[in-house]
Amino acid sequence: MGDLVSNLSLGFGVALTPVNLALAFLGCLVGTLIGVLPGVGPIATIAMLLPITFGLDPVGALIMLAGIYYGAQYGGSTTAILVNIPGEATSVVTALDGHQMARQGRAGVALGIAAIGSFFAGTVATLVIAALGAPLTGLALIFGPTEYFSLMVMGLVFAVVLARGSILKAIAMILVGVLLSTVGTDLETGEERMTFGLPFLADGIDFAVLAMGIFGIAEIMRNLDHTEHRDVVRQAIGRLLPNMDDFKQAYKPVLRGTFIGSLLGILPGNGAVLGPFAAYTLEKKLAKDPQRFGRGAIEGVAGPESANNAGAQTSFIPLLTLGIPPNAVMALMVGAMTIHGIIPGPQVMTKSPTLFWGMIASMWIGNLMLLIINLPLVGMWVRLLKVPYRLMFPAILMFCCIGIYSINSLPTDVMFIGLFGLMGYMLIKFGFEPAPLLLGFVLGRLMEENLRRALIISRGDLWTFITKTIPMRMSEFWGSIFNGTLCRPATPAMGGQESPGFVCGYPLSATLLAIAAFVLILALLPSIRKGRDEVFTE
Amino acid sequence: MKKIVLALAAAAGLAATGAQAQGYPTRPITMIVPFAAGGPTDVIARIVSDHMSRTLGQQIVIENVAGAGGTTGITRGAQAQPDGYTIMMGHMGTHGAAPALYPNLKYDPAKDFAPIGLAAGTPIVIVAKKEFPANDLKGFLDYLAKNGDKVNMAHAGVGSVSHSTGIFFNSVVKAKPTMVAYRGTGPALNDLMANTVDFMTDQIVNVAPQIQGGNIKAFAIATPQRSPVLPNVPTTKEAGLEGYEVSAWNAVFAPKGTPADVVKKLSDALAKSLDDETTKKRLLELGGVIPSATERTPEALQKLVESEVARWTPVLQAAGAKAE
Repeated sequence: MGDLVSNLSLGFGVALTPVNLALAFLGCLVGTLIGVLPGVGPIATIAMLLPITFGLDPVGALIMLAGIYYGAQYGGSTTAILVNIPGEATSVVTALDGHQMARQGRAGVALGIAAIGSFFAGTVATLVIAALGAPLTGLALIFGPTEYFSLMVMGLVFAVVLARGSILKAIAMILVGVLLSTVGTDLETGEERMTFGLPFLADGIDFAVLAMGIFGIAEIMRNLDHTEHRDVVRQAIGRLLPNMDDFKQAYKPVLRGTFIGSLLGILPGNGAVLGPFAAYTLEKKLAKDPQRFGRGAIEGVAGPESANNAGAQTSFIPLLTLGIPPNAVMALMVGAMTIHGIIPGPQVMTKSPTLFWGMIASMWIGNLMLLIINLPLVGMWVRLLKVPYRLMFPAILMFCCIGIYSINSLPTDVMFIGLFGLMGYMLIKFGFEPAPLLLGFVLGRLMEENLRRALIISRGDLWTFITKTIPMRMSEFWGSIFNGTLCRPATPAMGGQESPGFVCGYPLSATLLAIAAFVLILALLPSIRKGRDEVFTE
Repeated sequence: MKKIVLALAAAAGLAATGAQAQGYPTRPITMIVPFAAGGPTDVIARIVSDHMSRTLGQQIVIENVAGAGGTTGITRGAQAQPDGYTIMMGHMGTHGAAPALYPNLKYDPAKDFAPIGLAAGTPIVIVAKKEFPANDLKGFLDYLAKNGDKVNMAHAGVGSVSHSTGIFFNSVVKAKPTMVAYRGTGPALNDLMANTVDFMTDQIVNVAPQIQGGNIKAFAIATPQRSPVLPNVPTTKEAGLEGYEVSAWNAVFAPKGTPADVVKKLSDALAKSLDDETTKKRLLELGGVIPSATERTPEALQKLVESEVARWTPVLQAAGAKAE
């Protein structure tokens, strides 16, 4: 504990220097701006700004880049609430209820609770990183291909449960998403699949392209054919500070969202994306009246918003402690570090403590800045969005095109957002929810790869998903119960000399699959009942 | 009127191309890096080009054009105007292994480029999981010979450096481990650290931190000399393995037809960058090997490309590896 305090004070000493404060501020501001503007994501921005950081010292450079990343999370929610375009994959769920709140004239409250929830989550996540960074690195290593596949299955089941309306349609959307994710060069054999011989499809469909097309472009098209919907964002924002009732409704979702987000953010393979989805599902399931969800429930904003910010921050843990980037933004951070001669890895914490703790302290400062600069600035963002739609949409389109082009410098990517826009528009018209498609797409590729990896390693044995266990130290009590089956006495080679005990195999993969099955049954039962009721009443 | 304007513009354009050789460079230069930002090649390109920009008096802008093992970006670079304003950072994969891996490759590494010079080599290290039953290369090779079918080898995807060098390793030691593919080095290393897979071969930049952190074992480094970053890791020759010396080199190329004086200017700027203390320090910290003065010339690079294509093609074809 004393270590934690001295480490954090070292960090704040670094983060509070005027230069680093200014860089954190700049990063947060740029991040919010690009988060608000649909079509320019943090990946493109960080990639473009990398050369500029050459002249800075490494701590300052990373503080600024980190600010852009979590600033974008904040900004992304602003557009999700005000114009129903999630600026980031993690704010997809925020749009569901946040935008409904905006339509009811409660945009200010939605923005306010998003900001406050995010700040709270950010504070907790910062403490989590500081306190648990080192011990938690073990978690990343527990998840092998087998466990990861089971986790993905669980994630997709959650996505089905989360979807509004028909479960059948949600499953269909997930399958389309999974199918789209298989386009491209096969990882194991190098054969091309479903590319029609087109070279630009050889690397598959880019996530940003799909997301921007299906959410961004489709939304613009939908806005254009409903004239009456255009002035949605022009409605009054209303008061920003939530009242006591709002707080009462929101504080528990904030706590739960923070917990879920922090936990999932640590997982490698972009676990942070799962956070908001999981938080939303949980809130919907816990709510007394789930009908309110999708119609402007404040819990539907508070939970996912806290989860996405917590996840954004804890996803630094695998990077800072293991040097393994969990997502594309973190991969860029690795680049930024190596450019400055710092090789990310377990030794960063001991070799460059000022960098490690300085960055952590700056995260909290950044969150505070975001809260302070964003709430008053909401007026400015709104004014930006009050610009007549006939002027807005060409600008958004242009930003989308530039943003997409800047990621891979491929003209075909720009054409594809048009194509996916058309597809998204049709999906909306036919009453399909595009969010499960996107999740299916993100998880599909990981799921397939981990499934095949697990099977290759088990030499084709499907039982591996049920029988594979991870070693865990257990107390004498549990160890003696399962002795011989799951557990065996610890040997000195396993570090057993300090304390007698048992090393047990925990079937993590089977547990995850069991949770998935349980949740699916839970979700299916009432809907089967409801479906039958409807048939009967008609 | 329009026609006249167009004609004038065309004339101005011609004049500009004609005059560029003397005043080169008069505008920023684009360097295509055929991989995502943050990877070893990208980092080397950024470190080297930073100093080159200062020598040339014009900014070198890095453009990441990733895809198809780097061949997407290099194809675009090969087809660019040969005016010296588009150059690219090629590497062992794009200019060595690619012809064997991509039968429909749209460029010939030896014929379609004006080589500028070698930037930095990143040695290959043979690494294994911490729990692997062997402690040195000899023990590892014995184990591999006896239990070859039980061993899992990780690589970062068909066409990656770890894949090509891994196949090369298997052909040298005549082993047939089960290959497990990952999307990039990060996830592969994660599973190596988690003891899920057994071993892999990869660039020192990627594996050195985990070796130093004691999370994985290093058996040998595939260079003639030990690396200052990993002084305790023996070379393959020291450890008793002949014929496995391999390094993922990175080198700057311009499209074929780039004027000779422009090539010279770029080549000189590159050489000067590699002599700069800061650049050197940054590259060495990454575990990079800085080419000697004779290895840096365009002629030496041309020879290297030819020998690399000749070396990789039979190895990869014998393994039946292709990426298309």
